[in-house]
Amino acid sequence: MLELSAVQSGYGETQVLYGLSLEAKQGRVLAILGRNGAGKSTTLKTIMGLLPLKSGEIVFDGKPIASRPFDVAKSGIAYVPETRDIFPSLTVRENLEIAAKRFGAAGSGWTMARVLELFPRLGERLDNGGTQLSGGEQQMLAIARALLMNPRLLILDEPTEGLAPIIVKLIHDKLNELKTEGLSMIIVEQNFGFATSLADDVVVVGRGQVVWTGSAEEIRADQAAQHTWLGV
Amino acid sequence: MAHDLGFWTLQALNALQLSMLLFLLSIGLTVIFGLMHFVNLAHGSLYALGAYFAASLAAVGGYWTGFFLAPVAVAGVGILLYSGLIKRMRKSGSMAQVLVTFGLIFALLDLTRIFWGDLALAIEVPALLDGRLGFLGVEYPTYRLFIIALGLAIFGALAFVLGRTQIGAMIRAGVDNDAMAACLGINVERLFFIVFCVGCALAGLAGAVAAPLLSVTPDMGLQILIPTLIVIVIGGLGSLKGAIAGSLIYGFVQTFGAVLAPQLASVLIYALLAAVLVIKPVGLFPAKG
Repeated sequence: MLELSAVQSGYGETQVLYGLSLEAKQGRVLAILGRNGAGKSTTLKTIMGLLPLKSGEIVFDGKPIASRPFDVAKSGIAYVPETRDIFPSLTVRENLEIAAKRFGAAGSGWTMARVLELFPRLGERLDNGGTQLSGGEQQMLAIARALLMNPRLLILDEPTEGLAPIIVKLIHDKLNELKTEGLSMIIVEQNFGFATSLADDVVVVGRGQVVWTGSAEEIRADQAAQHTWLGV
Repeated sequence: MAHDLGFWTLQALNALQLSMLLFLLSIGLTVIFGLMHFVNLAHGSLYALGAYFAASLAAVGGYWTGFFLAPVAVAGVGILLYSGLIKRMRKSGSMAQVLVTFGLIFALLDLTRIFWGDLALAIEVPALLDGRLGFLGVEYPTYRLFIIALGLAIFGALAFVLGRTQIGAMIRAGVDNDAMAACLGINVERLFFIVFCVGCALAGLAGAVAAPLLSVTPDMGLQILIPTLIVIVIGGLGSLKGAIAGSLIYGFVQTFGAVLAPQLASVLIYALLAAVLVIKPVGLFPAKG
């Protein structure tokens, strides 16, 4: 469904991706693993159009992906950034509504009622300011907001970063529910156990390129790859 | 004089009237800056254009023709500026934007000179608002009360739109984090265009309502620019609350400063500006993003 071929990208003059190629398949969860600075987040930002594609190709559903974040979002990709990026001037309800009203009931049928069922905690805090939430609640809100866009592909950058183990478990279970429903996802993650228990497919990124490709079971079994590329 | 309640009421109304005029100007500038980090120093020139348009239109069709059409005409100039210049400069960095829009001030200044000449124009206060009205025990010019009411009404309308509507939430989201707003499928560029046009129209409106109070001269845009910038620096960038608070502070400090300590008046507001920059450099009520 999403294919990156020989992608080069980076921040300004600093190149981070050196010909990265990977494929995310329909209805499956792809985990992108790798050490800090390997280029995982850069890959996601390049997909979203937040960083310019210097060369190579990104194809989404058979068509070259748009270059502006606004058009990428409209084509059906929702993004949960590492920093969650909850809008501080908006209440929890408004944070959800600006995503909800725009993409309406189209797509996979996520509504306000359904996301609040998925994350009941958010329902109790609808009138709170976006930044009055705990880290875990902010992560729930960021995921809920992305779901309300009714995306065909959900991409998450480090969804467990900085969260307490109990919240990590909750996020894991919720993402697993989404996986069971058949939502295609790409997850960038440092937490090896979290990522490989959710993912179907795994790519490992090292120095701006894909250095390992396989299934989640294979990476769990491949001690050498874990040691070389992930330092696990 | 200083013990007369009427005197204080009068000065407070003067301060309020100045504040409202500055509010109409600063709100557009601050939201444009907050939303797109675009520095438009030519905002004051749009105010001058508003006054000129209002003067010319009033000469043909009376005050109200100018009042209603000048903001529209200035918004039209805004559309030209946006599509011809500003859209291309969105990513060129603030230094280039400052230099270009600073240059624009002089270009527009000379254009007004070419079209309207160097002599000051005057507009008559409309018959409906001529005269004085008893208000809190003082006789105050009806037209100035009208400016106060207009400013408050526009503040109320903007507070409603920004605080309670979908487009308002989208604008606040864009001010907080434009990249994330775009990732949620919000067309931030179109939002910016709308905000820019509304900001221009409000600058035009400010010029149109100020025209009967001041004489309409080519440099009036330049004169108002510094107070407007002081307002948004004191108030904090990007927020409605900041614009109204900054405007009120400027209006009251300037007006009461001139009355109570005339020898200090011109320094007072700059001292306050410096104090804000030292104590709270982001301003009193900045947008949260």
